[in-house]
Amino acid sequence: MKILDIEKIRADFPILRQSIRGRSLVYLDNAATSQKPRSVIEAIGSYYSEQNANVHRGVHYLSEKATEEVENVRVRVKKFIKAQDHREVIFVRGTTEAINLVAQSYGRAHLQAGDEVMITEMEHHSNIVPWQIVCEEKGARLKVAPIDDAGDLELDLLESLFSKRTRLVALSHISNVLGTINPVKKVIEMAHRYQVPVLIDGAQAVPHMNIDVQDLDCDFYAFSGHKMYGPTGIGVLYGKRGLLEAMPPYQGGGDMIRKVTFEGTEYNDLPYKFEAGTPHIAGIIGLGAAVDYIQGMGLEKIAAHENELLQDATQALQKISGVEIIGKARDRACVLSFVMEGVHPHDVGTIIDQEGVAIRVGHHCAMPLMKRLGVPATARASFAVYNSHEDIQALVHGLRKVREVFGC
Amino acid sequence: MTPLSELYQQVILDHNSHPQNFHKLENADGSAEGYNPLCGDEIHIYLKMEGEKIQDIGFLGSGCAISKASTSIMTASIKGKTKAEAKVIFQKFIKMITSPLEDSSPDPDLGKLSVFKGVREFPTRIKCASLAWHTLQAALENKNKTVTTEEESDPHG
Repeated sequence: MKILDIEKIRADFPILRQSIRGRSLVYLDNAATSQKPRSVIEAIGSYYSEQNANVHRGVHYLSEKATEEVENVRVRVKKFIKAQDHREVIFVRGTTEAINLVAQSYGRAHLQAGDEVMITEMEHHSNIVPWQIVCEEKGARLKVAPIDDAGDLELDLLESLFSKRTRLVALSHISNVLGTINPVKKVIEMAHRYQVPVLIDGAQAVPHMNIDVQDLDCDFYAFSGHKMYGPTGIGVLYGKRGLLEAMPPYQGGGDMIRKVTFEGTEYNDLPYKFEAGTPHIAGIIGLGAAVDYIQGMGLEKIAAHENELLQDATQALQKISGVEIIGKARDRACVLSFVMEGVHPHDVGTIIDQEGVAIRVGHHCAMPLMKRLGVPATARASFAVYNSHEDIQALVHGLRKVREVFGC
Repeated sequence: MTPLSELYQQVILDHNSHPQNFHKLENADGSAEGYNPLCGDEIHIYLKMEGEKIQDIGFLGSGCAISKASTSIMTASIKGKTKAEAKVIFQKFIKMITSPLEDSSPDPDLGKLSVFKGVREFPTRIKCASLAWHTLQAALENKNKTVTTEEESDPHG
């Protein structure tokens, strides 16, 4: 028996029906952004056509309705990531803004000259640069935990980097390049033994696995809507309530205040203290629809299907001579990076695009990781629930075409 | 020809696998580094001048087939030319790879460089083909900095 009815799921995504260059679209760039099901698109549309109003301030019907919707999504997200309290769910623009919020608020308040922030070699630029900015301002230092050649974190070496000056650890749950599923629970336990809080960049993890922030015991967890079948421009920062309450605001403006005079301002309570200005209401409503869509299928089933695709794609690519898979971690999610002997990834991407297959080529916003791997770039196929074994065949066909063009 | 076979013409593939002037010049009197952050193409161009004339040129680097072949064919095309002549070819080359599709006859002066005509059908690859030329311009000015495809210098300026 099939794990999920993929044909039925594919029918939920209007974009998958279109042809690209005369061929049906094979979309394998899900780690960059996933496609959106009709329920998400319609939720956004009906907000604008039926409910549009500002939130948290109007006394009229539509404003009350919009406010209720937004707060309702907050509760659904709380349940989705198994947070203790809905006030621990802060709506932001995406993972990048969530990390910047923690760096600018928690980081600036806690870092002093000589302090250290620990990240890993496999981080996305969005989990490197915000820390560099605050470290530079405060005279703090970035410590980088290494990975081994397979793409696994070297936990012993990571532990050896803790010092009395370590103030925060920030690492990705799943690498966007290698697909490595990091043992974040172990890292969190380790960091907590040194009384160091941990931020998890969950951008790649949330659409693929059940997240339980209380079980992980992470201090912060950041993710984006658009990688989990939701809209762009909306994401979530989860933070433990005690930490968030003690943190200074990130941005000032409307909604984040209780009382303003020219002499001073009293800030609002959580979560509003961190949500200055009119939020992306349509995005929040779309995110809620995406959460419902994922829960309707069940993340165990999604993960089982994607794992089948990963096994299938790995085997298929290994059969093509000259293709080398980059990232052979013990525990991997459905992200497959590879290089082709004698052909630059950029050329691979252009040629298979002509075959209607969309993959990502380049450094994947992880230049330091490319340097560590000793490659200028990789080609990356990444899968979502609507991908099928036929999509993998199309990828293989495309890669054979590359060999044909390059005569290798 | 399909757009793909026009992009990856045999001449381009040959220059990719066997680039010409692919070496460093000792005692170069002009050099520059070019970098395309989009795909990680990196080239280093070395020049030996004789007055206004480009007496010798060499390059090193790594990149996609388009950027490598473009650099190789460029070096072959401008060796022995004056700075002013190289600039004219630069302008004609950029015009060819960025002009609308219906405008289909490249300037005859471009010679072998006209194999890059197909690049204009692939907007994401134009920078791969133009990187060599922007780097050459920096080398002619002997700028001690890295030029990137994100700060396109105006060939007409």
